[in-house]
Amino acid sequence: MWTVVACLIPPLLLSVFVFGIQVLFITAVSVMSCVAVEAVSQKLLGRRVTVRDGSAVITGMLLAFVIPPGVSPLLPLLGAIMAIYIGKHILGGIGYNIFNPALLGRSFLLASFPVAMTSAWLPPLKNMAIFSYLGDSVNAVTTATPLAVMKEQGIAAFTELFGSGASLYGTFFLGWRPGCIGETSGFLLVLGGLYLLYRGYITWHIPVSVLGSIALLSWIFGGESYFSGDPLLAILSGGALLGAFYMANDYVTCPTNKISQLVYGVGIGILTVMIRLKGGYPEGICYAILLMNPLSPVLDGWFKPRRFAPPLGGGR
Amino acid sequence: MISLLTFPKGGVHPPDAKAQTSELSIELMPVPDELEIILGQHIGAPCTPTVAKRGEIQEGEIIGEVKKGLGVPLHAPVAGKIKDLGMSVHPMRVSAPSITITVNHAAEPRQYQAGEWQANDPKELLARVHAAGIIGIGGAGFPTHVKLSPPPDNPIDTLLLNGAECEPYITSDHRQMLEHAAEIVEGAKIILRILGIKQCNIGIESNKPDAILAMTEAARAGSTAEYSLTVNALQVKYPQGSEKQLIQAITGRKVPAMALPSAVGVVVHNVSTARAIRDAVVFGKPLYEKVVTIAGKGIARPANLLVKVGTKIGDIVNYLGGLKPDLAKIIMGGPMMGFAVSSLDIPVTKTTSAILFLTEEEIDTTPHSPCIRCGWCLEACPMGLEPKEIAIYVEANRPEDTAQFGVFECFECGSCAYVCPAKRPLVQFVRLAKMKAKR
Repeated sequence: MWTVVACLIPPLLLSVFVFGIQVLFITAVSVMSCVAVEAVSQKLLGRRVTVRDGSAVITGMLLAFVIPPGVSPLLPLLGAIMAIYIGKHILGGIGYNIFNPALLGRSFLLASFPVAMTSAWLPPLKNMAIFSYLGDSVNAVTTATPLAVMKEQGIAAFTELFGSGASLYGTFFLGWRPGCIGETSGFLLVLGGLYLLYRGYITWHIPVSVLGSIALLSWIFGGESYFSGDPLLAILSGGALLGAFYMANDYVTCPTNKISQLVYGVGIGILTVMIRLKGGYPEGICYAILLMNPLSPVLDGWFKPRRFAPPLGGGR
Repeated sequence: MISLLTFPKGGVHPPDAKAQTSELSIELMPVPDELEIILGQHIGAPCTPTVAKRGEIQEGEIIGEVKKGLGVPLHAPVAGKIKDLGMSVHPMRVSAPSITITVNHAAEPRQYQAGEWQANDPKELLARVHAAGIIGIGGAGFPTHVKLSPPPDNPIDTLLLNGAECEPYITSDHRQMLEHAAEIVEGAKIILRILGIKQCNIGIESNKPDAILAMTEAARAGSTAEYSLTVNALQVKYPQGSEKQLIQAITGRKVPAMALPSAVGVVVHNVSTARAIRDAVVFGKPLYEKVVTIAGKGIARPANLLVKVGTKIGDIVNYLGGLKPDLAKIIMGGPMMGFAVSSLDIPVTKTTSAILFLTEEEIDTTPHSPCIRCGWCLEACPMGLEPKEIAIYVEANRPEDTAQFGVFECFECGSCAYVCPAKRPLVQFVRLAKMKAKR
């Protein structure tokens, strides 16, 4: 667990340089509320208090990572109550939650504070002026996320705002774009994901199937005509990398069998692209994961691991 | 460099922890004053005593027999007097009927005369194996004469000797392969004669290069026109010494679920069982001694001991200088498949291969937590089962529904529990499920 936390720290630090120091504050509120809510819930429900295992810390970081950088610190606090108390402990505690707690927290915030959650975006800072968004100035400088611009204003406006070609990919890959706190830096997210892969904590199945299907479907359906979409941009512009490496493959809520993991990942990819292109929100991976979460046990029921050898005479 | 054989699916790499005893020669432990011989030593029906209380017995004399059903006779490990026909503490069955012998230290150890076997009828050799009370002493305790008489519709072509010894800590087979290689090879040849086949493969994990060398030389010396013996070096991977995994590693054949190795033309015996067969057939010496590895940081002096069957753990502890204060757990068998014991009065049986005295630093005593469905147990399971599901069903009080996850194909190697990050006692859940589930 703490390794995952360590992998999430570089994107967080980068986010401080992109969106300012208040990002650290929001994340701290989120982590501390999650840990506190976990401890209180476990105490109230008469269970062993396990805040030291780090799972509430991860939920807190991921919850902060999927909310906009310009929101009030009250939001992560409320989100933490939803994520940890309702999303996890009411359902039985760690291991028994059906939905990814952090994403449940985010969807609760999105439904309850739609304005803040869809408009508190900040344009990336220049010259490392990390203190410039402190105070009242936050409300003055909102912007729009790449996916929202693309969805609402079209590709022309998008190019005008963010540029195009290699330099666009470069800035997006490094993280200099508007977006949620932890979703922007593709480079550091991928780096952390690769480290988790190398250590054997995650396998390639879910990240590859999620990202692969998002890229493929965005290429086919994401452009003005068929087969003219930009697959790379589709992966770099929203929360796809954060979702694919840190949320879709959450142990508790994803399937365990490798084949069901691939099906699950492709399902997330399809739903993400459908919501992005046809749904009401510019970004869809959060709901895509939440919609696939309850299917995990079903998929594991369909796809079984291969036994050592069948019994004599076949059948079981 | 020859490539090392292994099984493809699952498996884990626990630290082998064998250095503590792998260099220690087998040491004869003096017979304690009293032995307790448990009557149910093997799989099958337990023995009924053939001796009466306060009767005198000689070393090697039969003291128990199976009247009906599967089983082998039981012999007196020493000369002495029957003190009691009572109950012993048993590691798994809580208590088990046993024979207590007061040892007569004045009696001379019995001497056995070597006899011929090369020209004897295989049926007669088989009878000698049965009469000597030989069972699979690598662990399972299945009566050996049954394994040596496979059903006629399954022709056998290969004998495998299991010298993998993949369990951490245990070095008793290792030492026997080093010190008694020729005896093991002779035992293998006797088995080949009984089965009427030529080929024997001996599988040894590559962390025992000295044993591989010793056994290769012995196998070369022992191979004749009639008998061909080969040593196969195996990759160090747990559970390499499991019957089905060993067969797959060496022959490439897969034993079907719920079937015996004879279904694919193979018979597997442990190297120490082969040695016991040799003692039985050549010398007529029954099985009543056992090489046991005593290891772990909780015992004053680790050792590979040759002990009489029936020696209590407490007597071994006293002989080896006592326990250390930080001892946390005593395990009979290896750390992966063995079971924790709660009393020093438990006696060694024919299938005991190790007694481990583990300290706090060698074991993990964190309480287990709920399954987080990481799926590591699925990766580790060499049989392709779903340990997590079995455990969840048992916890939900539905053990009868676990057959669908392959609970009866589980041989309880413990790989799943070894990798489990929530420290769940998966093997114990499986054992509970097996008691309740219907086949």
